[in-house]
Amino acid sequence: MNHFFNSKMYRWLDERLDLEPVKNLIVHKTVPVHKHTLWYYLGGVTLFLFFIQVFTGILLLMYYQPTEDTAYESIQFILNKVHFGWLIRNIHSWGANLMIFFAFVHMFSVFFTRAYEKPRELTWVSGFILLVLAMAFGFSGYLLPWNELSFFATKVGTDIVGTIPLIGEKLKIIIRGGDDVSGATLSRFFGLHVAILPALFTMLLALHLSLVQRQGVSEPWFFKMLPEIKKRYISFFPDFVMRDMLLWLIINLIILSLAVFYPWNLGLKADPLSSAPLGIKPEWYFMFMFQTLKFLPPHLLGIEGETLGVLFFGLVAILWMMLPFIKIKNKFLYQHRFTPLLGILGLVFIIVMTILGYIL
Amino acid sequence: MHMSRKLLLLFIVFQIFNLNRGYSATGIDSLKISTSCFICHKETENLPADISPDDAHLQAAISCAGCHGGDDTSDDPDISMSRTHGFKGVPLKKDIPQLCGKCHSDINFMRKYQPRMATDQVDQYFQSIHGKQLLRGDQKVADCTSCHTAHAIRPVSDPRSSVYALNLPATCNHCHGDSMLMSKYKLKSDAYKMYRSSVHGIALLDRKDTNAPACNDCHGNHGATPPGIESIAYVCGTCHMNNSQYFSESKMSKVFSSSGFHSCEQCHGHHYIIPPTDQMLGTDSSSVCIKCHKSGDAGYQAAKDIYDQVTGFAKLYAQAEQQLQEIRTKGMNDVEIGFTLQESRQHLIQLRTLVHTFDVGKISSKSAEGQKLLAGAIDMEKFEIKEFYWRRFGFGISTLAFVILIIALILKIRQKK
Repeated sequence: MNHFFNSKMYRWLDERLDLEPVKNLIVHKTVPVHKHTLWYYLGGVTLFLFFIQVFTGILLLMYYQPTEDTAYESIQFILNKVHFGWLIRNIHSWGANLMIFFAFVHMFSVFFTRAYEKPRELTWVSGFILLVLAMAFGFSGYLLPWNELSFFATKVGTDIVGTIPLIGEKLKIIIRGGDDVSGATLSRFFGLHVAILPALFTMLLALHLSLVQRQGVSEPWFFKMLPEIKKRYISFFPDFVMRDMLLWLIINLIILSLAVFYPWNLGLKADPLSSAPLGIKPEWYFMFMFQTLKFLPPHLLGIEGETLGVLFFGLVAILWMMLPFIKIKNKFLYQHRFTPLLGILGLVFIIVMTILGYIL
Repeated sequence: MHMSRKLLLLFIVFQIFNLNRGYSATGIDSLKISTSCFICHKETENLPADISPDDAHLQAAISCAGCHGGDDTSDDPDISMSRTHGFKGVPLKKDIPQLCGKCHSDINFMRKYQPRMATDQVDQYFQSIHGKQLLRGDQKVADCTSCHTAHAIRPVSDPRSSVYALNLPATCNHCHGDSMLMSKYKLKSDAYKMYRSSVHGIALLDRKDTNAPACNDCHGNHGATPPGIESIAYVCGTCHMNNSQYFSESKMSKVFSSSGFHSCEQCHGHHYIIPPTDQMLGTDSSSVCIKCHKSGDAGYQAAKDIYDQVTGFAKLYAQAEQQLQEIRTKGMNDVEIGFTLQESRQHLIQLRTLVHTFDVGKISSKSAEGQKLLAGAIDMEKFEIKEFYWRRFGFGISTLAFVILIIALILKIRQKK
């Protein structure tokens, strides 16, 4: 590494750009080593998957045509005529799912290791918004192939938005670009998917990563309590990065295998005039909410069950995002690890509801 | 026994007796008919056993007197059922067609009820074998009520009607399946049995496809008569238009005609018509051609050539179809192949239809046209299968590269430790 910092090129750049802070970061940044170190890699994996999505997404953009008449056919063209189009499309589809999966795991690992606490409140909030944006990416991207399943899933999904009190119906029309899911919805979702969401996501990601670099890696309480002599660290560069890359390579191989052996079926082209096929289901990361709404009775506490469910999830999401700012003053609750317990319950709820969504 | 159980038993017994009253359970009680015939016959439980509240005449408020005569405004049976008031009682069998025709042959009368209904049924009936027999005084032959019933007449479009497409074969079989009755007319009584297992019977009665022909579609309705030798091709041709046209334009048609052969029926049979197979062609024992053509004659050679063309194409098509399934299982591109095979299938259907021209030249040319299409599809299939294995190979090479990188990185990390 010293060889690089003494190179002519580095000195030429340093003279002009003052690379000292970057050099310091590379040379001095360390990562603690303990029994939960594995969780540190999940943010990096999610970031890597985001890069894959950007790369494959740009390639798909070269051929994709976002109109009602051509969307499905252009995906067919990508799959059947474009060299490696099938691979790029399948990697994009699998990458999207894995990215959201790892974002969830990353979030819960941060939650259970209490890495969201002071001074990392903003990192948590930005991370949570990034997850919401990732889900919005998934929801908008799901419609783009304009196949039967995605068309009706979008119809159901946007119908749920319509149940939000006061603004629901208006919001639904704005999202759909009209009363029903149509070519206008496709244009909107395409715009969202390739312009608005990437712009917002990139800005927030930059903030999230800056905060991580500025504040360093969080150390769990049991690590902090260790005497200095017993604390083990590895350098961020190259030790942590090498391990990160190892994981990235493995993830890459997994995506490649999934893309080759389990390609995403394009299905039939959407026909807005036909009736919805049986077994319309949202993407797996929306399944727990969808299933919960299905379990709710038509009316509860004098309010429509679905509306109450949507309000409940909205409230939980806000509380979850504001978690670092909520102080538990009750000693009994604090001592009995009330917050982690709630997290476990939430996680179990998500897993159980997702499974029920697929088996019922 | 507990009181509740006793009550339950009483209720069941009551229900059984109630059902046994026949017409009362059919909902006839619900009818608000104020004619004296209906009121008295109902009170004395003397309504016809087959009466149905859905009967088309009851629904149209045509009273009993419409057919049976009499004065349905009088409560006095001596008046209402007096011959001086036109009371006919149960009509004689020989009078039934004319009795129905009194209204059904009257255009002006029918216009008030069913303006689009034909009014020539009675004329047709008397031209049918049934009608002719009736005129000869036959008391067993079918009259209007034999098919339509007397007091439960429903429109032909009503699935409960005895003449609804799905019910019609059973209605005809009521008489035509009676071997004792049929033997008097020297007719076979197995028509329904044969029809039931035929391609038409399966389509109509099993698949409930009401477009499939029932008895009346070939024999006629009111003018029911067996289609003669001259007309059988026209009867079949009402649905099988191309086959019929090709046949009638062929040389074979004239030969059939002069030899007294029953055109379509000669090869396909009549009531028991099974789905045609390619094995009906050619010179094997299952072929229908060899019934007339013998080895050495031109027809025999033509049968062989036609068989070779049709089966050769069908075999190639089956092979391409099987490969398409393999491509679908492998998740490869099936779009264009699917379209080409769809077009090829159309060729195969046309080829099988062209068989009725008995023209080897035409058949060979159609077969060649289709085989060219199929060859294109098979080439595309080969490409897709090759592409599949190429992808697998590529995956293997990439995996190897990744594994080498992973191992190298692990070694480097260990070295650093």
